[in-house]
Amino acid sequence: MELLKEREEQIHRTGEQPFTLTCNKDSLAGAVSQRACVFCGSRVVLYPIADALHLVHGPIGCAVYTWDIRGALSSGPELHRLSFSTDLQEIDVIFGGEKKLTNALFELIERHSPKAAFVYSTCIVGIIGDDLEAVCRQVEKETDIPVIPVKSEGFKGNKRAGYTAACNAMARLIGTGDTSGISPYSINILGDFNLAGEIWMIREYFERIGVEVVANITGDGRIADIQRAHGAALNVVQCSGSTMDLAKVMEDEYDIPSMRVSYFGVEDMAQALYDVAEHFKDPDMLARTQELVKEELQELLPKLEFYKKALKGKKAAIYVGGSFKAFSLVKAFRLLGMDVVMVGSQTGTEQEYRELAEITDPGTIIVDDTNPLELTSFLEEKSVDIFVGGVKERPIAYKLGVGFCDHNHERKEALAGFTGMLNFAEEVYSSVMSPVWRFTYQNAE
Amino acid sequence: MSKNPPNYISTTNACKLCTPLGAALAFKGIEGAVPYLHGSQGCATYMRRYIISHFNEPIDIASSSLSEKHAVYGGGANLKLGLMNVTKKYRPRLIGVATTCLTETIGDDVKMLLDQYDKEVEGEKPVMVQVATPSYNGTHMEGFHDAVASVVNSLAHREGSGTNAKQVNILPGFVSPADIRYLKEVAEDFSLECTILPDISDTMDGQAAKHYEKIQSGGTTLAAIGNMGNSAASIEFGHTMADQSGGAILAEKFNVNNNRLPQPMGIRASDRFFNLLSELSGQAIPEKHRAERGRLVDSYVDGHKYIYGKKAIVYGEEDIVVGLTALLAEIGVMPILCASGGKSGKLAEMIAAATEDLLPEQPQIHEGMDFYDISELAESLEPDLLVGHSKGYPLASKLSIPLIRVGFPIHDRMGGQRILHLGYRGAQQLFDLVVNSCIAKKQSDSPIGYSYM
Repeated sequence: MELLKEREEQIHRTGEQPFTLTCNKDSLAGAVSQRACVFCGSRVVLYPIADALHLVHGPIGCAVYTWDIRGALSSGPELHRLSFSTDLQEIDVIFGGEKKLTNALFELIERHSPKAAFVYSTCIVGIIGDDLEAVCRQVEKETDIPVIPVKSEGFKGNKRAGYTAACNAMARLIGTGDTSGISPYSINILGDFNLAGEIWMIREYFERIGVEVVANITGDGRIADIQRAHGAALNVVQCSGSTMDLAKVMEDEYDIPSMRVSYFGVEDMAQALYDVAEHFKDPDMLARTQELVKEELQELLPKLEFYKKALKGKKAAIYVGGSFKAFSLVKAFRLLGMDVVMVGSQTGTEQEYRELAEITDPGTIIVDDTNPLELTSFLEEKSVDIFVGGVKERPIAYKLGVGFCDHNHERKEALAGFTGMLNFAEEVYSSVMSPVWRFTYQNAE
Repeated sequence: MSKNPPNYISTTNACKLCTPLGAALAFKGIEGAVPYLHGSQGCATYMRRYIISHFNEPIDIASSSLSEKHAVYGGGANLKLGLMNVTKKYRPRLIGVATTCLTETIGDDVKMLLDQYDKEVEGEKPVMVQVATPSYNGTHMEGFHDAVASVVNSLAHREGSGTNAKQVNILPGFVSPADIRYLKEVAEDFSLECTILPDISDTMDGQAAKHYEKIQSGGTTLAAIGNMGNSAASIEFGHTMADQSGGAILAEKFNVNNNRLPQPMGIRASDRFFNLLSELSGQAIPEKHRAERGRLVDSYVDGHKYIYGKKAIVYGEEDIVVGLTALLAEIGVMPILCASGGKSGKLAEMIAAATEDLLPEQPQIHEGMDFYDISELAESLEPDLLVGHSKGYPLASKLSIPLIRVGFPIHDRMGGQRILHLGYRGAQQLFDLVVNSCIAKKQSDSPIGYSYM
């Protein structure tokens, strides 16, 4: 397939040339990017905070397309599953939407008694110039809860800029809560969104090794926990693209160190626990971690054998939101004996792509901010058996007669942790081994 | 009808989508077309994701991917670049350009930009159609109808000498691929040459294929749209769209007689549709369809006692709400609340016209509703059934009552694109679904669990 010229520098083939790859740039007009916008970046990060009001200030679309969109579970309140909007009309665009926003905030805060309110600005708000800071200040004063503007106008950059806006919004909460009684062996979990209950599994692992979790940021998140997050001794950051900015702020302002981890795949999950245990330099904790990993692996590895046998040599392609997750997926597929032939992300950094180029096999396609037609040609070229992505990638795989595993926000299967590795193997197996492929025209004789 | 509908400032769980989404779907029903949103990247991606979850089909919507610089200085350059890239990659026959709230507010003159593009760019160019779809104005239905009107206005002609007496235009509005396949079959049975605009029956419900199609095959051909002005008549479903609809434009420009009918849901509305086809074709209603009607009446009788007096809340786009309410009224279900996020101002009038002699009293009818409003009213109304798209699920679940899934979107079940709503056949399927849902509810609520009805 002939590439658009501007796209060539965002694609690399491992081993076929010295590593160069351009990324973190605006999507090319007309290229049908799989990315969304700044608003999307903010919305996905803050979405799981379950006791906050998430009010989208703009016309109806931005709110309605993100209604109950993620599989982010809550153990308590479920305010995050509702879609709130000011539903701006033409008259508001002409005369300004501040009054409507103010009244909507009062109305919703009275109705739901949230612990805080996030107010997302959308494209149009950036143009008509509503002063969100002023409105939020006024409402905050009168309602006595934090009311925080999220500067997420869709056109002001790409999804990464939205992550930053979300982190800036959360930074306003941190440092406002009481930190008494927090253990010296304590962490915040950053960048896990509790899809299908994953953060509960991760918290349980940490509790078993003797680490207190102060705040979930943001899976099953609570405002009060985030407000006292500065009392934790360590920030453990997954999905670093989305929440690393917040960890940096906390490092600067509160001297809290951070480390990057991933909970996907056996190796990375175990490594995450060991890294935390080693950070605290407590021999008992390290021993407990070894015990935990041993127990979990004894349980898991025999069960994985079946899948490894069946999936050996099958080819996988990966296209996910952040490239850090892609690393874990490459390793997870290796554990299953599968070959990764394409890996890409919407928002990876040059460093991450460089490292991917180092760990992947020769010929592997590495791609930033791709689109349906490129994906199609890569899947066809590499005769892929399973494609890992999100809902927008699913019909591409299926039309090509390729299996699919949803590893994005709205999945209903827990894929993190040791248990998640087994679920992942099952999920891959159930798509790759299905008899339906015998009937697709790609395979018909 | 209640005099005091809820009137909140904020919107919670909207019962409508934004204007450009409707336009994108309408453009998808034209052969070789790529929908294109002039706005920031997110709009296109969010809509694709929303649409994919219903149809389970690829839908590529291109975007100008505007950034801050363009928001300040205008998005013209990116629009042109985007059109060029889409042309190069997709080789489309048509690009349907819809605006967004961003580009409407910064004041990009898309018509002028497209004219410039036409002059500036050499070589083969797809047909360009543009529609203004500011999302602060109307719902996805206005976007849909306006896109259809714009296509008709730009591309329909009257060719040669005269009217083709056998040729009919059908502008069905936003109906399912299964509905469109059915309409084609019916028109063929009347020996009519029928142009359905738009036609998403293949593009949004495609077959498995050997090779990936950049643009899914199917859709109304440009040639067919080109001679819509030669048709003997147009049939347009729905009453809540603007006066300047596709059908109205064809009547005004080419004297093609426009027939606005309600969506043919249930026996009465279907009778009107079939009678009109009979009149236009000069043929009696074919036996196949008379038989389907006969079986439908027979089943109405067989099933009536399981559903009589059940109270239903109906919600969704205004025209489908009118159609569903008419169907429910004729089978003895009592619609108690009809709600839409749309605001045509015509909903109550249309429902009254469709149901007046069938219902002992008119339901509450409210426009501009969201699911918070509907839930609040539902508490005192104590409905037995919800009828609408899948976004009513949280309410149905809270009330422990069946949800009859119809329309768009169906995000929590397979096969939304294959739900048939129209004609005797569609009424048959919906009737069986309603009756069986009521029976299933009774069966599962019963401690005995009868194994006969």
